[in-house]
Amino acid sequence: MSPKNNKIPKTAVKKQRKPKLAVWKFSSCDGCQLSLLDCEDELLAITEHIEIANFLEASREVVKGPYDISLVEGSITTPHDAERIHQVRRQSKVLVTIGACATAGGIQALRNFKDVKQFIVAVYANPKYIETLNKSTPIADHVFVDFELRGCPINKHQLIEVINAYLNGRKPNTPAYAVCIECKRRFITCELVAHGPTCLGPVTQAGCNALCPSYSRGCFGCYGPKETPNTSALSTYWTSLGVKDDELVRLFRGFNAYAEAFRKESEAHEK
Amino acid sequence: MKTFIFERSELDRLVEILKRRDYKVIGPIVRDSAIIYDELTNINDLPIGWTDEQTNGMYRLKNRDDAAVFGWTVGPQSWKKFLFPPIQKIFATHKSPKGLDLQNSKKQTSQESAQTKYAFFGVRPCDLNAISIQDKVFLGGPFIDPVYERKRTGNFIVTVNCGQAGGTCFCASMGTGPKAGTGFDLSLTEVLNDKHHYFIVEVGTELGSDVLKSIKCIKATDENLTTVNEICSKTVKQMGRLLDTSNLKSILYQNSEHPRWERTAARCLTCANCTMVCPTCFCATIEDVTDLAGKQADRMRKWDSCFTLDFSYIHGGSVRASAKARYRQWMTHKLASWVDQFGTFGCVGCGRCITWCPVGIDITEEARAIRENQS
Repeated sequence: MSPKNNKIPKTAVKKQRKPKLAVWKFSSCDGCQLSLLDCEDELLAITEHIEIANFLEASREVVKGPYDISLVEGSITTPHDAERIHQVRRQSKVLVTIGACATAGGIQALRNFKDVKQFIVAVYANPKYIETLNKSTPIADHVFVDFELRGCPINKHQLIEVINAYLNGRKPNTPAYAVCIECKRRFITCELVAHGPTCLGPVTQAGCNALCPSYSRGCFGCYGPKETPNTSALSTYWTSLGVKDDELVRLFRGFNAYAEAFRKESEAHEK
Repeated sequence: MKTFIFERSELDRLVEILKRRDYKVIGPIVRDSAIIYDELTNINDLPIGWTDEQTNGMYRLKNRDDAAVFGWTVGPQSWKKFLFPPIQKIFATHKSPKGLDLQNSKKQTSQESAQTKYAFFGVRPCDLNAISIQDKVFLGGPFIDPVYERKRTGNFIVTVNCGQAGGTCFCASMGTGPKAGTGFDLSLTEVLNDKHHYFIVEVGTELGSDVLKSIKCIKATDENLTTVNEICSKTVKQMGRLLDTSNLKSILYQNSEHPRWERTAARCLTCANCTMVCPTCFCATIEDVTDLAGKQADRMRKWDSCFTLDFSYIHGGSVRASAKARYRQWMTHKLASWVDQFGTFGCVGCGRCITWCPVGIDITEEARAIRENQS
């Protein structure tokens, strides 16, 4: 140590602790947590600023909680899930749900419109071993959620944005407006207008950067209802163009079937 | 105004000459089931023999039974795509021991603009008016928008008068077409009959005159001028829509609580498509993007819309929470408060908002409903 330049030796500086991140899985396909691994180029940069402390998909080495930020994937479908999510919440300072399952119940929420016991009897040879809840529900139905990231699967750029915003103490730029705005900013010709129905873009939240329309496919609604979604106006218009009720039910019963606006719209067209 | 005629084959030469003068020539191209605007790399990319069919919420490309080059109206895109790009970096900042270092992106983009000089080829009269309206917005006030200014400087504009109107067009109502008035370098009228395919060209500027010197053309006769007028008046008769603009501003101001707003709001998806396709809509939002370490931040400007909740979000919530408030804001701005703000309507009658509305809401029908049943 040289007293002349008044420099503090590096070892004397208390190293700032990196925030600890955990990834949790409930009923889901793992696609959303894979988005974190899919960050590839950005992954090393992320680990410079955040400690990936509990992420079984990447490593069996688990650092004990509590965790600064938890990413929760999947919906609640079993009594065990319903217990475990409370344990996760207790260990997490910030809880972020990722994907359609965690934010709306996912594709498995299609069971919510039927009697789940009939499915169990039809699918399993020994239904008595199956312990499941009647409904597949989003995480926010069970515990307080700090932030919901939409998508089926989530967009890795949005995931990085959420982590980035957390690290920098700012609000994430994840707009709640329609896919149409992303579509038009990319100069994609409107599927609905140039090819005819059906595209869920006008009632679906942006975030995918208009992925399907960029391949000349209508939007499937993977990001769930946008802010103030006028689903009934879209259905009424499509009905006037000859779209049948059963088609409308199928359209709104995708990965976000149990999200309120889509659920109500599909129920309105169910005979 | 000097007027000439040249043969169809010379049109290709005109594009070539502009390219030789180092212009990036942007023109109409058929792509993804629509006529859009992009760089004309090959003259055969022009929508030769194509036309479009348009009505509320519907656009279809069709083949023509002739080889007209400009036998179509406007598609989903407008020239604001180039002059006011949807995503722009305004500046970057870097955290230094002294504070924030501001790196203006001016240097970088001025290099880019030194290379890119746009020639807009095939601008419709409504869109020419839209450019002049955006000029007022971005260049007219005390604060000049540097991005727009750089993109707009040195443009060469070739307009094409409309030989046919589209299903949702109403430029005749707005006084913005179908014949271009001023603001162009060259203005073409396409004439195609059994024997002869040629263009009548009006020269708008010295530069236009200079460019035309390299084209084989002859002086137009009075008969040619009559042809232009005949073609344009035929187009006026074909207009798909009408909008009565008399006293419109005060009618809209006086009917801010008209029941029609509520009825339209029930149909409106607040998806923002109308504002995205509008050639005069200029709203943008600012997004700051940081790096993970929080040392570098970029300020981005992105197209935004008065149809989003965030657009009118202030402390405590959105000012325009209902679809009614948002639709009324948009339409009243276009047809009333724009007049107070900029001295013109914010609508040029291109009909894009009618065609590209996913549920076919028609601004002319809305204005008529309010006018005919005033409260």
